[in-house]
Amino acid sequence: MKLKGTEIFLKVLEEEKVDIIFGYPGGAVLDLYDQLYESNLRHILVRHEQGAVHAADGYARATGKVGVCLVTSGPGATNTVTGIATANMDSIPLVVFTGQVPTGLIGNDAFQECDITGITRPCTKHNFLVRNIEELASTIKEAFHIARSGRPGPVLVDLPKNVMAAQYDYDPTNIKIRNHEAVYKPAPKKMANVFDMLNAAKKPLIMTGGGVILGKASEELTLLARKYEIPVTGTLMGLGSFPGTDPLWLGMLGMHGTYYANMAVSHCDFMLAVGVRFDDRVTGSIETFAANAKIVQIDIDPSSINKNVTVDLPIIGDTRATLKDILRFLEEHHYTQDAGLRAQWLREIAEWREKVPLNYCKNGEVIKPQYVIEKLQELTKGDALITTDVGQHQMWTAQFFHFDRPNTFVSSGGLGTMGFGLPAAIGVKCAFPDKQVVAIAGDGSIQMNIQELATAAQYNIAVKVVLLNNEFLGMPRQWQEMFYNKRYSHTDMTYAPDFVKLAEAFGVIGLRATKPAEVETVLKQGLAADKPVLMDFRISRDECVYPMVHPGGSINQMTLGSREMIN
Amino acid sequence: MEKKDHIISILVHNKPDVLARVAGTLGGKGYNIDSLCVNTTTQNDISKIVMTTSGSQATITRIENQLQRLVDVISVDDLTNVESVHREMVLVRLNLTAENAEPVKNAIDTNKWKVIVSGDTYLIIEITGDKRQIEFSLARLEPLGIADITRTGLVALTLED
Ligand SMILES: Cc1cc2nc3c(=O)[nH]c(=O)nc-3n(C[C@H](O)[C@H](O)[C@H](O)COP(=O)(O)OP(=O)(O)OC[C@H]3O[C@@H](n4cnc5c(N)ncnc54)[C@H](O)[C@@H]3O)c2cc1C
Ligand SMILES: Cc1ncc(C[n+]2csc(CCOP(=O)(O)OP(=O)(O)O)c2C)c(N)n1
Ligand SMILES: [Mg+2]
Repeated sequence: MKLKGTEIFLKVLEEEKVDIIFGYPGGAVLDLYDQLYESNLRHILVRHEQGAVHAADGYARATGKVGVCLVTSGPGATNTVTGIATANMDSIPLVVFTGQVPTGLIGNDAFQECDITGITRPCTKHNFLVRNIEELASTIKEAFHIARSGRPGPVLVDLPKNVMAAQYDYDPTNIKIRNHEAVYKPAPKKMANVFDMLNAAKKPLIMTGGGVILGKASEELTLLARKYEIPVTGTLMGLGSFPGTDPLWLGMLGMHGTYYANMAVSHCDFMLAVGVRFDDRVTGSIETFAANAKIVQIDIDPSSINKNVTVDLPIIGDTRATLKDILRFLEEHHYTQDAGLRAQWLREIAEWREKVPLNYCKNGEVIKPQYVIEKLQELTKGDALITTDVGQHQMWTAQFFHFDRPNTFVSSGGLGTMGFGLPAAIGVKCAFPDKQVVAIAGDGSIQMNIQELATAAQYNIAVKVVLLNNEFLGMPRQWQEMFYNKRYSHTDMTYAPDFVKLAEAFGVIGLRATKPAEVETVLKQGLAADKPVLMDFRISRDECVYPMVHPGGSINQMTLGSREMIN
Repeated sequence: MEKKDHIISILVHNKPDVLARVAGTLGGKGYNIDSLCVNTTTQNDISKIVMTTSGSQATITRIENQLQRLVDVISVDDLTNVESVHREMVLVRLNLTAENAEPVKNAIDTNKWKVIVSGDTYLIIEITGDKRQIEFSLARLEPLGIADITRTGLVALTLED
């Protein structure tokens, strides 16, 4: 049957089980939008293409499925770049469709022409320019396959206008694509090595990361840790991959990790690093990172291994499959931990935890951001999907909200993209309309994609924005306080809109709390609403994130904050 | 760690942009390409890229891993410690003058250089060999007055699979 390019596009999306796309129209994709007019495919009209990509990204992080966007050529395409780079750094599967001028005009500086495959080459997993209608269906299929296979990532597909308007005999049974799934052989010898190393260890530690969530390996990881009483720390991207309320959980490690997690890393003699890439925010000084430990690293991508930290035993493989193999091997060979030694190690950690727990100075006069997050946890009973922007509020969320399940914490870790939280929450809420979805935002960050409040209002996507408003670009302000002699150069955000009025102007409920006593009421009211809400919490302006490892310093050397910490 | 020259042989799907992807991956991550040679193999849809670069073994492993991530890259091999033959080619144009005509003729005879074009006022010599041989020949040509040269990247082939 002869079909138009735009029809083939929709057919393939249907075959790929795409149930929602986030997009923004323009000249080069008007044929596609015309096709969407009579289609059942759900389309969310965002207010900026960056918002479309973050929304698709949020959808992907919360569901584990591929997120999809559609934008026009030229400026529509370039507006997606920050979103694509954000997804790329955190290995999030996306397919981004961009319109392109007709193939005959490419290279002519045609109106709204832009070499978007050239621009996004370094920040996509792969990209395609579809040169003719024959390749259309197979290219789209391949794009989805590449996005989700191996180490996931964003794939961009550039669609010239004439290709989409052309006709082609489409036969879904006759589409061949290349397989990009790497085949990994099981490595029994390595399993024996893991056994021996664990057996010899007195102070074992598991470090979990984004690869455990991407590889859907939380169950196996949790089983391994609990069965053999191995304490677990995690990266920012690993939050939720091990239950945050489990006694074996030590919290996040790294620059703003807990004292006890960083001490455990510094003292452990065996580390099982699962799906982590040893980012510099995590390791601090490489020389002293886990200096006493034999390290086993499981990662699907060889380029993540021995990149920053040299490991003793690399295992190239999928986190889930490999953890299953390890569990089986340990079981078959009757591994048992020495109960006495293990108790001693856990006691050592417990002492660190008692000495410096995660804490903050409580205050009856001004709202503490940590208090808002604790209250949020309490009122939602932890049953919420949380997105964040980037800055101090992101770190407080990582520290004070305890994520018990994978895919419930959605945050830009690698690129650290301000303005991510609100659009990402919209994507999450589209995937889970019955769940409480909360964007914990900063006053600086929210202004970078505030326009998406209109999207939430238009479709009544009932996301709840918890704005931790310190009237500062708080994170750089903290660095200026600590490392630049309190010279607060251009970080003061006192000049800002009235966020409550602004929310209302967008058709979103606006609430405000200025005193600690109001926090609970505002949260309750905001969480109960079945409409999008923005809650403006006026928090203490000069609160800092502690502990803090100084950039490049050893992670066992932390600034712990004010001495008046109350236990 | 010791820095060394390495010869990397990369098989790729012959897709548009594949060279840009390979070169961009190295450039974008701060690695140098010293020389480069690309052409199709016996299969039209597969190309071979031979690249020389330098760095410590750890750097080279990183380069190989980064290239392996590319969707269109089929395989990456470091030929440095593999038995293999290496060749480069250089085309050299010499301008002929009354003074150098005689020494040029003598040098061509003794070195058995291959003259591929010869005009009244110039001639073009083709030299193939490994890097050392090329450098050696260029050093001998230098005093004769080189007008211009074009040098290929290095190509390499292993003795066995
Ligand atoms: C302001 C700010 C402060 C930060 N501070 C901290 C901090 O204090 N502590 C901290 O931890 N982070 C911090 N981060 C985040 C940090 O920048 C990194 O994003 C994060 O540490 C990376 O997490 P990860 O190592 O788990 O890797 P990810 O980026 O999640 O990478 C996942 C790894 O798993 C692999 N993988 C993917 N799928 C699979 C699979 N199926 N099987 C096997 N392997 C797989 C990938 O190849 C990759 O190596 C901060 C970020 C910001 C913006
Ligand atoms: C797009 C972008 N620009 C700049 C930065 C650098 N940066 C990191 S955190 C931060 C301040 C964030 O301020 P806010 O959203 O108010 O969060 P806070 O730290 O105050 O909680 C800035 C400017 C960034 N991460 N992203
Ligand atoms: Mg702020």
